[in-house]
Amino acid sequence: MELRPVGLEAVLVELGADDPTPARLAEVVRESVGGGVLVEVVPAARTLLVVARDVEARQSVARALPRLVAQAAAESGGLRDPAGLRGPGGQSDPAEVGPQGDPVTLRVVYDGADLDAVAQLLGRSREALVRWHAQTAWTVQFCGFAPGFGYLTADEGGVDVPRLEQPRTRVPAGAVGLAGPCCGVYPRASPGGWQLIGRTDAVLWDLDRPDPALLAPGTRVRFEPVRQA
Amino acid sequence: MSREIQLLATGMRTLVEDLGRAGYAHLGVPTAGAADRAVHRLAQRLVGNDESSAGLECLLGGLALRARCHTIVAVTGAPAAVTIDGSAVASARPHALAPGQVLEVGEPTHGLLVYVALAGGVDVAPALGSRSRDTLSGIGPDAVQPDQVLRLGEVDPASARSLQPDAWPLAAAAAPGEGLVRLDATWGPRDDWFTPAARETLASTTWTVRDDSDRVGTRLAGPALERVDGGAGELASEGMVRGAVQVTRAGLPVVFGVDHPTTGGYPVVAVLDPRSCDRLAQCRPGDQVVIRPRTLPGSRAPVKQAGLK
Repeated sequence: MELRPVGLEAVLVELGADDPTPARLAEVVRESVGGGVLVEVVPAARTLLVVARDVEARQSVARALPRLVAQAAAESGGLRDPAGLRGPGGQSDPAEVGPQGDPVTLRVVYDGADLDAVAQLLGRSREALVRWHAQTAWTVQFCGFAPGFGYLTADEGGVDVPRLEQPRTRVPAGAVGLAGPCCGVYPRASPGGWQLIGRTDAVLWDLDRPDPALLAPGTRVRFEPVRQA
Repeated sequence: MSREIQLLATGMRTLVEDLGRAGYAHLGVPTAGAADRAVHRLAQRLVGNDESSAGLECLLGGLALRARCHTIVAVTGAPAAVTIDGSAVASARPHALAPGQVLEVGEPTHGLLVYVALAGGVDVAPALGSRSRDTLSGIGPDAVQPDQVLRLGEVDPASARSLQPDAWPLAAAAAPGEGLVRLDATWGPRDDWFTPAARETLASTTWTVRDDSDRVGTRLAGPALERVDGGAGELASEGMVRGAVQVTRAGLPVVFGVDHPTTGGYPVVAVLDPRSCDRLAQCRPGDQVVIRPRTLPGSRAPVKQAGLK
């Protein structure tokens, strides 16, 4: 791991293949660092951003981070590399990655505008692509782009799908897309460059719920094919 | 008598803002809140509120409102003419407003954002603990409109000591100045993605604020900053902060503002100090800024011969 400075109040932890995942380290940091010190703990693909209350708080967090990385690694028993995010060959035990609890199941109508193109790109039939997507166990590695938008990776056997050359100006809410090693579901209508394979009627983001985000870092996800949303 | 104000004019755009909703970035929710934190805090203190109370952030002035109750008002930020029932009053001072009295804020002579605080704070329904409008994700109240009535919160009598502006040092210091704006910053986290010449260019150029800047980001016009890899490499998305100086594929800096996306995939060469974020938020298109990055004590020095992993 490597610490990189992010202004006066934050630090970026860059995690290597032998380190715990950003989502796991985020949990350990939240559990271990005292109240009032942390402002944000933001896992991403290979990094964890920790924003502290002020300069002094940042220094104390930065000092503690090497120990917390070691602790997160020890508690999870070593390697936890989400497939595709850190190069080939990565395997991870989904039970280690996220908070406890049952996986979230999203019912998907596989009729996305890019389904055939993606299948062709991956050298599979349309049916095989759907089968793979629905039989794969997914884990939310991090959120971003929009409230409730999770970047999901396959627990095993990832793919690599290029983004659209020309992003769409409007992708409907509930659209299920692929980009790079990730799968994501658009929480609301927005521009987007991911290749769309289907749609779900699940509400990904609802401010009136106690937990507005259906998918948070660490959440495990399954997709269930249905004919009609 | 209900504690209310009525908007008469709202200028180019007036938003309800407080200190934002920190703590939800991991779910993709921007912090939002007042773009110039220091003058928002000052205005709230001047009327006896907690600093985290909600007030109005008014783009280029042009605001008018009528009190429907007895209240206290203070106007801070970009220097603009302030009147009550047509009589000029001082900025950055608390003023009593009686029912029916009209407060007007003119167009600022320089700077971008005028802040209006009212005793008790603007009381709209909070979302995720904040009343702020987040223009990126659409959380929080819509921009206020003429004729709209806003409720004010209850006044806390224990906070009356704040009504002594001269006893509080920020009062004199907060209004944005004129001329070249100096922005203090620290190198990193991705300064090693840029050539030594590009880092030198960042620190020595007088940058011009572009007119496609907003609360999400301030875009700067100037020479392109060259990356070590010529722009070929992809940075995996990583967490972003307010003040992050992201460099686009075209080599131009975009400085993230209060409504910035929580993650981003362009390398961040430097990060502005919080007070410099406030100063930049007050810059108009065409204003000129210089960025003065330094190495943060206790962190590694900027690499001389950078290499990507």
